[in-house]
Order: sequence, then C-alpha cells, then structure tokens
Amino acid sequence: MYSFQPSEEQQMLVDAIKRYAVDDLRAAARDADEEGQLPPELIEKGWELGYLQASIPEDYTGFGERSAVTGVLAAEEMAYGDLSGALAVMTPGLFTTPILLAGTEEQKAEFIPPVIEMEWKPFTAALMEHRLDFDPNDLETVAEGDGDVYVLTGEKTYVPYADAAETFLVYAALDGATQGFIVPGDAEGLEVGERQKLLGLNALPLYPLKLESVRVPKANRLGGDAGHDMAPIMAASNVALAAMAIGVSQAALDYSIEYAKDREVFGVKVAQKQAIAFLIAEMGTTIEAIRLLVWEAAWMIDQGMEEAFKRAYLALSGAIDTAMMVTDRAVQILGGHGYIREHPVEMWMRNGRGFATFSGLAMV
Amino acid sequence: MIEFSTPKPIQQLQTVVETVAVNMMRPVSREMDENEHAIPWDFINFMHTAIKSMGGTSMVPDSKNGDKKAEEKKEKRPPIGYQRLAFLVEMLSWGDAGMYLCIPGGMLGSAAVAAAGTPEQKKRFLSRFMGEKPVFDAMAMTEPQAGSDTSAIRATAVLDEETNEWVLNGEKIFVTAGQKALEESNGFCVIWATIDPEAGRAGMRSFVVEADTPGCKVTKQEHKLGIRVSDTVSIHLQDCRVPFENILGSPTVEKTTKGFKGAMATFDATRPIIASQAVGIARATVELVKEKLAENGIEIRYGLPRQKLTNIEREVIDMEVMLRAAWLLTIKALWMADNQIHNPKEASMSKVYAGDIVVKITQKAVELLGPLGYSRELLLEKWFRDAKITDLYEGTGQINRLVVARNMLGYRGSQLR
Ligand SMILES: Cc1cc2nc3c(=O)[nH]c(=O)nc-3n(C[C@H](O)[C@H](O)[C@H](O)COP(=O)(O)OP(=O)(O)OC[C@H]3O[C@@H](n4cnc5c(N)ncnc54)[C@H](O)[C@@H]3O)c2cc1C
Repeated sequence: MYSFQPSEEQQMLVDAIKRYAVDDLRAAARDADEEGQLPPELIEKGWELGYLQASIPEDYTGFGERSAVTGVLAAEEMAYGDLSGALAVMTPGLFTTPILLAGTEEQKAEFIPPVIEMEWKPFTAALMEHRLDFDPNDLETVAEGDGDVYVLTGEKTYVPYADAAETFLVYAALDGATQGFIVPGDAEGLEVGERQKLLGLNALPLYPLKLESVRVPKANRLGGDAGHDMAPIMAASNVALAAMAIGVSQAALDYSIEYAKDREVFGVKVAQKQAIAFLIAEMGTTIEAIRLLVWEAAWMIDQGMEEAFKRAYLALSGAIDTAMMVTDRAVQILGGHGYIREHPVEMWMRNGRGFATFSGLAMV
Repeated sequence: MIEFSTPKPIQQLQTVVETVAVNMMRPVSREMDENEHAIPWDFINFMHTAIKSMGGTSMVPDSKNGDKKAEEKKEKRPPIGYQRLAFLVEMLSWGDAGMYLCIPGGMLGSAAVAAAGTPEQKKRFLSRFMGEKPVFDAMAMTEPQAGSDTSAIRATAVLDEETNEWVLNGEKIFVTAGQKALEESNGFCVIWATIDPEAGRAGMRSFVVEADTPGCKVTKQEHKLGIRVSDTVSIHLQDCRVPFENILGSPTVEKTTKGFKGAMATFDATRPIIASQAVGIARATVELVKEKLAENGIEIRYGLPRQKLTNIEREVIDMEVMLRAAWLLTIKALWMADNQIHNPKEASMSKVYAGDIVVKITQKAVELLGPLGYSRELLLEKWFRDAKITDLYEGTGQINRLVVARNMLGYRGSQLR
C-alpha cells in the first residue's frame, strides 16, 4: 500500500519539534548567525525533545528503535526553524548513528549510553576533507594497522564542535576503503585548527582537524576486525541532509508567501502577479515532489532494501537543487528587501547552497 | 503509517499490462505514428476482450458505488481504485501514449458520467462498454474561442418543452476519440453547453450525446505533433436533439456554480491520470537512455559527489530524480482521491510537475543520444513529440500553476486570474 499519513506518534514528535523549531531555533537564528554561536540552553532544549534518544534501543539506554522515516520527518522540522541550530542539536547523532548501524555489540554498549544518558555533549564526527574533489569513498586520510593499533594520518574539515569534542568518529581509508574509527578527544596527535568561516552555517562551530599518527586500539575500528560497509552510513547522511534541505526550502516558501500576500505593488498584492504566483506554485510543487522522494528513500532504508542507498543519493541530489532554487526565489520574491539581513531569506539562501557540500554533517 | 509499497493486486495487474505494452503496443507504435488516421483495431479488440474478461466496464473506477464498497466489503482494505488506474495508465503510456488513448471505454466521457451521473444514467451509458464490440467515449468542452477559459463556451442547450428534449447548437474542437465514439462505435460524447448564456458558469451543463444522433457531426480530424494514433476531431452541433434525461446534473439554473464545479472536480482525478501518462513516457525515455549508454560502456556512478560526475551522469541522475518524484506526486494525489481527501492542489501539482519533467526529459534525451536520438529508427523522437501533449490538455501548465498558486495563497479566481 501507499500511504502518506505519518503515524500518530510521528505526528506528535513532528508537532513538538516544529514548536521548538519556530519558537526557539528560528527566534534565535539571526542573532546566532551574526554572533557565530548558539546559546547552550537552546541546544539543550532541542536535545531534550529526545529525537535521538528515541531512535536508540533500550539496551543502549534509549527508548525506541531507529526509523529513518521518523528521522527525516524530525530533521525536516528542525531545519525548518534554523539549519545551524538543527545541525548543532543533532551533532551527537553523527557519532551514535553510525555506531548503531555498523558497530559491534561491544562498541554499541560502550559508546552509545554515555551520549544518550546525559545532557547534550559534543560527540561528533569527521568525514570531509578540504579539497574540491572530496569524495567520501576516496579519502586521503589513511589508517594503517600497526600491531594492535591503527595509526591515523590526514586532515579533516568542517568538524562540528571539534574544539570541545568528547569523542570523535573519524573516517579514514584503510586499504582504500572508508572506515570509521572511534578516537578519544584527547588522543595524542590530534590537532584542532582555527574555527572555519563559511558562506553559511555561521552559528555552527566547525573546525579543521589534523591527525598526526594518531594511534587508536584496533577495537576502536567501527565494526571491529571485520570493519563495515560505508553505504548505510552515507544513506543515513543523504536522507538526513535531503530532509533538512526540504525544511529550509519550506521555511523560505512560507516566508515568501506571507510577504507576497502583504506587500503591494501597482495596486495589487505581489502574490496576485502571475510572475510571482507561478514562482510560488513551482516552489511548492517541487518541494512536495522531492519531499516524497526523501520519504520513500527513508522508507526503503527502514525496509532494508539494497536499492535504498541509490535512492537516498537521488533524494539528496533532488533536494540540493530544490533548496537552491527555492531559497534563491525567496530572496527574489522579497525584492531588494530580501537582500537585507533583517529578513531571514538571505541567510536561508546562503545555508541552502551548502547541501551539496555538507557530506556527513547530519544523520538520521 | 507512511508506506511506499505497491499493493499486491496492482503488482499482478502491472505484470499483465507490461506484457500488453511490450507485445501489443511497442511493435506497432512506429507504424501507427506514420499512418496518422489509421485505427489500431487489433490492439483495440484485444483490449476490449481483455477488459471484459477482467469483469470491468471501463477503466474508470466508479467512486460512488462500485469499486470502493466492493473492495471494502471483501477485504477491508483501503480503496485503491484510482491508484490502480494510475499504474495502468503509466504502463500503457510507457507502451504508447497515443494508443493508450485508443482504449475503448476509459476516457473522459465515462469519467464524467461516473462522476456526475445518476444510477440510471450510469447504467444506461456505461453498460454499453460490456457489449460484443468495443465502444468509445469522448468529452467535448473546448471550442474555437474557448480553451483554457472554459467559462467562455458558447454552445447552447435549450429545452424544447413540447418534446422534452434538449436542443444543442455549437462548435466543439479538439475532441479526443470523438471519431471513434461517434462514428466508429455505438459510443457517446459528453458535450458541455450552456442552458443560460446570461448565467455564466452557473449555466454550464454537460449532456450525453450518443452516436448517430442527428445534428451531431464530426467535421474534421486534426493532424498533430504527436499522439497521432489518437483521433482529435471537431464536432458540429446543429439542432442536435437529445432526451431530457441526458443532462448530467441539475436541469435548472441555480444561483450557484455547482454544475461547473462538478466539471472541475473531475479534474481532481483526471489531472493526476494525465500525470501518470507523462510519467509513463518519461520512464520509457529514461530506460532507453540508460540502455543506450550502457551499450556504449557508459555507466552511471551513483554516490559520487557532484563535482566528480560527468555531464552525462548528471543529466541521467537528474532525470531519475524527476521521474520518481513525479510519480510520487501523482500517486499521492490519487491516494487522496481514493481516500476522499480534497485534493485540487495536489492534483494540479502532479500535472504541473509531470508535464514539465516529461518535456524536459524527452528533450534532453534526444540531445544526449545525438544522431540516434534524432532519428526515427528509435521511438525516442516520437516520445519527444508525444510528451508535449501532457503539458497542454486537461489544463495547460499555466492553468495548473494557477490552481496550485490559488490553493497555496488562499486566493479565489478573481484574485489571481
Ligand atoms: C491532442 C489534443 C487533445 C485534446 N482533447 C480534448 C478533449 O478530449 N476534450 C476537450 O474538451 N478538449 C481537448 N483538448 C483541448 C485542450 O484541453 C485545450 O487545447 C487546452 O485546454 C488549451 O486551450 P487552448 O488550446 O484554447 O489554449 P488557450 O486557452 O488559448 O491558451 C494559450 C496560452 O495561454 C495560456 N493561458 C491561458 N489562460 C491563461 C491564464 N489565465 N494565465 C496564464 N496563461 C494563460 C495557456 O497556458 C497557453 O499557453 C485537446 C487538445 C489537444 C491538443
């Protein structure tokens, strides 16, 4: 059967997140973007909504099961409020979700509860590398076996909260295949660089991370001796980012509609001009189309379908273009006012451009 | 629960219909396109027998008393009549979008009767599809001076109180399957006319005009860019008399636009069906492009970051994104129709999007395949021509954008025209 109706539980979660996203995240977003930081209470409040906790089984101190469908519903609503804030709240998931998906029983039992039982803490992950042909399946950071340790060497970029991280999940190429390694924040040879300044995401602290012969026990390889497949982890990232791209797009659309129905030109509302109304119709149509693509990819992940990985990739591909198209048009619909930092649309346009880049910055 | 699996009964049907598309449609697709006004009788007869043997009268689900109740009683499952139709139309259009329009009994005329007819009317007009021979139906709204602006139609219907007959006069154009409905079978055409030219939309009604009704004449067959196998005709109505009972809806002019709104409401189901047609053509195209690329050793490397993809890979990935997204919009709009959730916005969204993407995909595909793409050796150039109709009929892309925009903005027609 096809059905497009979230379950009651999902709807309750979505409603709660939406309230937080609008009343808290959105309300703080502009100042956070200008000041380059998010108030810790704000993040903690989002964390306490318990989305991540609810996606972790009781065995690891959570209170639910992972569902990618619930995840994309939640991620979209979070991002509807503010992308930087949403990514901040969700950062610990960059650490726990891959462990849940690919970790050994011991790794799950050891590493997940400390994240889930506590207040929000900077558990994080390092996947991206600072070069134009960065490819998650072709990393320059390498891991080499040496007795009972792996030695990690390379440079990572866009690592959230690296400056204060409790523990990292660092991805490196082991014999050419991307593998995750659990690296304590105080490991020797780790060097956190200067905070990065970007086109968008100004409120989210992102850092380069250098690894100089960082030695981690072999037991810290994600999935143990057998290692793991990277595809499910990339799929978890792809649908999460895709959902957040839709959230940002929906925010920009709703804002444009409200503005266009209020602003008068030539004696009518801006929205009454077809040139604008048609932009709005296309924005709404595309958002809905790609949202369904994201939902389906997430559903396929939950069903354990092989095809899900490709679909998650396609969904992100569609969402990248949607976010750029929609946020650009939102600025256009506000005219010159859209260009001024008093309105959020310019920020959404800057954030919206990033979805092609943010590989591994969100997980559901 | 959010779910994306194809219902079992639909899966089985899909397999059957795919066989039809592969064996009965594709092999004659080119030939029918080249012989514009020939009628594909082999295919039509085959489909007629097949539909009859499956126990259907026509392809259109009867929302009021057929399909839904039977289904619910039997298996307590959610209704899927329109969704089933979408799968069917998608697959048939994958076979040949023009030949799909030649299937007896499944067009807009029966949709109008099914949506607005009384039980007696349904029996009288729809039972003919179960007979020995294939029978066709059509719907005539468009006139030379009234296309998108349907309120501008001038055809009139006047009640002759002595004989209790409606007398129709006017000129209709672009009637799909009009020739087959009125001249090649004992079919009918649902014709829109006004019973009160002063009343505007409130005066608009539809009338069932059966084949061989004096005063109703097919006067012209169009020559078209694509879907050439489907006849598109002009109909001249001159003192054409039909029984009083052939009016669909109320015979009196109330101060409402209910009759007109009835016509618009059928769009909530038929627009996503046209979207399904678009998706079928688009899928055929994407499959062919991938097949030809594979023959040339070009593989699509899904999963690579964009800056590492070749242009061809980017194009194919974009096509796949658009194709699947269009399908999901379509099936959602019809899932809403099946569950009787008000869906004018979603119905128009599906048609806006599917109409756009099938045009983009087919145009790009012809370009990507170079001299092969442009040649009549392959069906691709035909699909390029066929595709465009989905952005034109049942409301052009612009009209459907208006519908979407009005719904999104909460505007009435007078506020956004
Ligand atoms: C092959 C074929 C089969 C058809 N089958 C049928 C059938 O079975 N029954 C039937 O009744 N009709 C049928 N039609 C008619 C079809 O529905 C109309 O052609 C269509 O609705 C457009 O009307 P038009 O051609 O008069 O264009 P017009 O209405 O003249 O439109 C011209 C252009 O103006 C745009 N436009 C119009 N109004 C607006 C507006 N308010 N805002 C912005 N832009 C606007 C249109 O989008 C279009 O681009 C068929 C047409 C074709 C080509």
